[in-house]
Amino acid sequence: MEQHVLVVFPHPDDETFGCGGTIAQFAKSGVPVTYICATMGQMGRNMGKPFFATRESLPNVREAELAEACQAIGIQQVINLGLRDKTVEFEDPELLTDRIEQILREIRPSLVLTHYPGYAVHPDHNALGEVTIRAISRLSVQDRPVVYAHAFSHDSLDVLGPPDIVNDITALSDLKLAAIRAHKSQSQGILARIAKGQFAEQSFESSFSHLLESESFWTYNFS
Amino acid sequence: MNTINKSSVQSALDSFLNREVYLHLETTNGAYAVHTQQSNMSVGAYIRNGRISFGRGVITGDGPYRVGLKLELGWVYAEGLTDFEITPEGQLLLAGHDQEGRLAVALELSLSPFKL
Repeated sequence: MEQHVLVVFPHPDDETFGCGGTIAQFAKSGVPVTYICATMGQMGRNMGKPFFATRESLPNVREAELAEACQAIGIQQVINLGLRDKTVEFEDPELLTDRIEQILREIRPSLVLTHYPGYAVHPDHNALGEVTIRAISRLSVQDRPVVYAHAFSHDSLDVLGPPDIVNDITALSDLKLAAIRAHKSQSQGILARIAKGQFAEQSFESSFSHLLESESFWTYNFS
Repeated sequence: MNTINKSSVQSALDSFLNREVYLHLETTNGAYAVHTQQSNMSVGAYIRNGRISFGRGVITGDGPYRVGLKLELGWVYAEGLTDFEITPEGQLLLAGHDQEGRLAVALELSLSPFKL
C-alpha cells in the first residue's frame, strides 16, 4: 500500500490522459495524491470546439479545468511551478532539480508518476521527467520512491521492452472520462471527432477506448 | 473572439501607431504533429512581449486575413488570421483557427506586457 503518490507533469491534462485511472485508483483507496504541474499549458493550440478560449484567457481556463479534473480523480493538492509552456527544456536544470528535490523531501512520496525522459514525445515532458529523475536520484537509496515512468513515443516498446506495470482501470473509466471532459478546452475537439468517427486512422478510436481500459508504466531503474 | 471585422481591426491597429507596444506573435502546427503523423515536422515559433513600434499597420485580404506592421528597421507579418477580440484592457488579439478550432497563428498587441 502506497503512503503518498506524487505526480509530476508539465501540462494540465497530462495527469488525466496519461494516468487518470491509476490516480483515481490510489485516491479511492485513501492514498493522498499531490500533483506538481509545471506550467498552465499557456501555449496549447486547442481552444475548445467550438473554440471559446483565447491565447490570453487559456491559462486561467486551464487552471479551472484542472481543478475540476483533480476533483474527479481525487488529486487533493496541486503545486504549480509557474513555468511557461514549451520553455521547460530551456530553464536551468539544476534550479528545477533543486525545486523538485525540495518538494520530494517535504512530501516524502512512496511513489512518483512522471514522464519517461526521452520517450514522452513533447519536449516539456522529456525535460521535466529528466529533472524529476535527477532529483529522485539525489535521495539516498532507502529514501527513494518507486517511479512509474509514462512513455508513449513510437519507439518506447522497441527500446524499453514491454511495460512492467499494466494497470486495469475499467472500474475507474467513468472517473477518468469525467476528468477528460473537465479539460474541455483540450478534449472537446477529440471527443467530437471520436463521436463522428472522423479519424482517418482506425487505430485512434481504438486507442481512445484503450485509454479508458488500461494504463501502462515502466518502473524506472536507477542503477 | 469574433470573426474578423476588417474596419474594427484596422482602427485598433491605428490606435497603436507610433507607440511602444508589446507584441505576441506565434505560429504552430502542434507539438504532436509528427507523433500523430499529420506532418513530418513539428513547426512552431513564438515571441512573447517583443517591444516594437510601428509607423504603418495594415490588415488586408478577404479572409483569412493578413496583417503587416512596418517597423523602423523591419516588418512584422502574419497570415491566416480569422478571428479577433479587443480585451477590456485594450489588447488587440488576432488569431487564425483551423476547421477544428485549433489555433494556428496569433498576432497580439498590448500597451502593457502580456502575462507570463
